[in-house]
Amino acid sequence: MQVHFKILRFDPETAAEPHWESYEVEMEPTDRVLDGLEAIKGLRDGTLSLRRSCAHGICGSDAMLINGQNRLACKVLVKNVKQPITIEPMRGFKVLKDLVVDMSGFFAKYRSIMPYLVENSERPDKERLQSPHDRERFDDTTKCILCGACTTSCPSFWSNPDYVGPAAIVQAHRFIFDSRDQGKEERLKVLNTQDGVWRCRTIFNCVEACPRGINVTRAIGEVKKAIARGKT
Amino acid sequence: MASYQFDGIIVGAGGAGLMAALQASKSGKIAVLSKLYPTRSHTGTAQGGIGAALGNLEEDHWEWHMFDTVKGGDYLVDQDAAEVMCREAVDTVYELEHMGLPFSRNPNGTIAQRPFGGHTREYGKGPVRRACYAADRTGHMILQTVYQQCIKQGVTFFDEYHVVDLLVSNGAACGVVAIEIATGELHTFHAKAVMFATGGSGRMYKITSNALTLTGDGMAVVYRRGVPLQDMEFFQFHPTGIYKMGILITEGARGEGGILRNSTGERFMERYAPTLKDLAPRDMVSRAISIELREGRGIGPQKDYVHLDLTHLDPKVIHEKLPDITDFVETYLGIDPVKAPIPIQPTAHYAMGGIPTNFDSEVVIDEKRTPMPGLYAAGECACVSVHGANRLGTNSLVDIIVFGRRGGKALGEFVKKAAFQPMPPDPERPTRERMARLMEGQGTESVKAIRDQMQAEMMDKASVFRVESDLTKVLEILKGLRDRYGRVRLQDRGRKFNMELLEAFELDHLLELSQVTAAGALARKESRGAHSREDFPKRDDANFLKHTLAFKKGADVELRYKPVSITRFQPQERKY
Repeated sequence: MQVHFKILRFDPETAAEPHWESYEVEMEPTDRVLDGLEAIKGLRDGTLSLRRSCAHGICGSDAMLINGQNRLACKVLVKNVKQPITIEPMRGFKVLKDLVVDMSGFFAKYRSIMPYLVENSERPDKERLQSPHDRERFDDTTKCILCGACTTSCPSFWSNPDYVGPAAIVQAHRFIFDSRDQGKEERLKVLNTQDGVWRCRTIFNCVEACPRGINVTRAIGEVKKAIARGKT
Repeated sequence: MASYQFDGIIVGAGGAGLMAALQASKSGKIAVLSKLYPTRSHTGTAQGGIGAALGNLEEDHWEWHMFDTVKGGDYLVDQDAAEVMCREAVDTVYELEHMGLPFSRNPNGTIAQRPFGGHTREYGKGPVRRACYAADRTGHMILQTVYQQCIKQGVTFFDEYHVVDLLVSNGAACGVVAIEIATGELHTFHAKAVMFATGGSGRMYKITSNALTLTGDGMAVVYRRGVPLQDMEFFQFHPTGIYKMGILITEGARGEGGILRNSTGERFMERYAPTLKDLAPRDMVSRAISIELREGRGIGPQKDYVHLDLTHLDPKVIHEKLPDITDFVETYLGIDPVKAPIPIQPTAHYAMGGIPTNFDSEVVIDEKRTPMPGLYAAGECACVSVHGANRLGTNSLVDIIVFGRRGGKALGEFVKKAAFQPMPPDPERPTRERMARLMEGQGTESVKAIRDQMQAEMMDKASVFRVESDLTKVLEILKGLRDRYGRVRLQDRGRKFNMELLEAFELDHLLELSQVTAAGALARKESRGAHSREDFPKRDDANFLKHTLAFKKGADVELRYKPVSITRFQPQERKY
C-alpha cells in the first residue's frame, strides 16, 4: 500500500523554524511506522534524523508524536493509523534535529530520585528473600524503558518544565515499593517538594502514552499516599 | 574537537560494559562511551533468563552447567573459560540480586528458575530448571539494574559518542577516536587501557532479532587495526523469530511448555531430539525447522514458517511468565498466543565468534594467546570462547556479567600499574579521511541499497545451511559491494545528528565482518554447532577441532588456527 507521511522537519544548521515535509512510500499494511521512517531515510531523504534501535518496543529510543499522540514508532503498525501519518518530535524537550530531542534534562530528573537500590545492611551469602507477593507490589513500574512518552504528554510538565515528571516518579515507585530497599524516606523527601509529585493533576495522559502499559497515574497516586502517610 | 585523558575507556554500555565500569572505576578514572544512551543497549531485549546452578528448585551443580555449555558448543568451547564462567555464574547472579535486580520469585522467596534449551541435569539425563528469570524481561532488568548501580557509583558517561577507531602505539592500545553524534565533531580519548563491549553484528543478515544498531563496530574497529577475529563462521540462528520480522520469542516459551509444530500439526522435534525435544540446543532446532520447511512441511501460502504453539498452556502462565512476548505477538501479528499458535522462523541472533580474549577479558592476538597490552573485550563482541560453535540459551547473559566483571577488574588492576603510551601522531587522521570520503563523495551509491543486498545475500548463502558454491559466490558478491561502498554518496552533509554518516560507518563494519564470516565458513570443511556444511555434513575433530583466527590482509582475509582448551570433557558425539 502507498503510505503518506507528513513529518515535522528541523535542521538547526540551515533553518530557524521547523517545517512540514510530505513523503509517500510503498509499504506492507503490517509494517511499523518506524519501517516507513527508515524507508524515507534510506530511499527518499537521507537527511532525516531520528533515534531508533531495537525496533520492537524495548529500548525506548523512538518515542515521538504520531498523529498527535506519543507513541513508539516501532510499536505502531501503519494499517492501524489514519493517513496522512503526522510525525513530530516529543513536546516539551528542546528539538536538536528533526525527531531528535534533548533528553539530558529528562535523565537528570531520573538521577535526582536516586534510581538505585539503597542498601544499609550487609549482603547475605545468597539472594535476599522476597515473597512473590512483595515482588508483585512493584512489578508494574519495573517495566519502564525511560522513553519519555509519559513525561512529554503531561500538561503539568509542559507548563512547568521543572516538574520532575511521571517517568522519574515511576522509577522512584519501583524502589519505594520494593521490600528490599532502605532508601524510601530520602526518596519520598525528594518527591515531596514543589516540583515533585504534587504537580501531578491526575490528567491520565501518561497512562495513555505509556507504550509499556504501566498505570502511571496509579503509581504516582501511591507515591502521594506514601508521602501523606509518611511511610509505605 | 577535544581530547580527553582517562585511565580507562570502555566502549559500549550494555551489560558487559556497565559491569566492567562498576569494577574498573574503583581503581581509576574511567569513561564509558556509547553510540546510544546506555538504557537503549541490546542487553535490554534479552528475555528468558540467566543460567546459574543455584539449585533453588532441584539439585544442580556448576559442573553440570559446564558440561552442557561444552556439549552445547559442540566441543569447540575453551573448557578452562567455561569452568570459570559456570562456577562464577552462581555468585554473579547473587550479586545482581543484591544490586536490586527484581527477579521473579519462588513461593519460598528464592530466585525463580525455569528450564531452557540444552540445560540438563546429571550430564544430559533430562531438562533442569537453571535459568534465573524476571518474567520474560530478564535482560531489561539486568540492564536497568547495572545502569542504576553505575549512577550510584558516579560512573562517567559519554552518551551518543560513536567510537570508530582504536589508537595503538608500541603494540599497545592507547585510546580511541569517537564522533560526537550531537555535533559531528571528532574527539580523541587517550587512555592506558581500552575495553570493547559493543555487542553483536546480527545486522549482517536480513532476518534478525538484533537491534538496528548491532553492526559489529567494536569487532570491525579492532580487526582493521590488525587484531584477529575468532570463530566468526559460527553465527547462531535462534529458532523462534516472529515470521518475517525476526523479533525474538524467548526459548523460555518452550521452557514453560511451548511446542513447535509443522503443517501437519506434528511435534517434529521428537524426531530430531528424542530426549530434550523442543528444548534441544538452538542450532539443532533451527536446522530442524529449516529441514521441515525444505521438505514441504512449512505453513502458510509460501510454506515458509512453522508454529510455536502455546495454546495448551494455562493462560495464567502465559500472562505472568511471558507477558512481553504476548504483547509482541498481539502488536505485530494480531494474535492472542493463548488462543492461536505463533508463526515463527529462525532469526539471526548471536555471534559466537568475536575478538579473541582470555578469561580475564584481555585480548589475545595470536595462536599462542599473547595478550595485547591495554586491550580488553567482553560480551558478544568478544570470543573467550565459552560458546564454542553454538551458544546455549541464557549463557549470553552469564557471559556479559561474568566476563564484564572480570575484565573490569583486570583493566582496573592494569591501569594502576601501567603508564600512558605516547599518542600516535595526528591520531584522528584516518577517521577524518574516512569521513571526508563519505561526506564529499560524488558517487551514486546509497548505504541502504548496499546494505539491503548484503543482508539478503548473507541470509541466502551463509545462514543455517552452507555449501562451498554459495560461500564462494557470496565472497565475490561482497567484493563487489565493497567496490560500490567506495562510491557511496551521502545526502546528509550536515554535522549535527548525521545518522546517515553513522550508518555508512556501520555498513563499512558489517561488510568487513560478513567477509570474515563467509571466509571462515568456506575454509571450515565440516559441520559443527551452528556451522552446517551440506557438502561436509559430519563434524571432523581430526582436522577442525580448532579455533579460526582471521586477520585482515589488505582487502583479503588470512586464516590461521589455534588449539581448543580441553580439560574435563573429551569430545563425544552430540545427541539430545
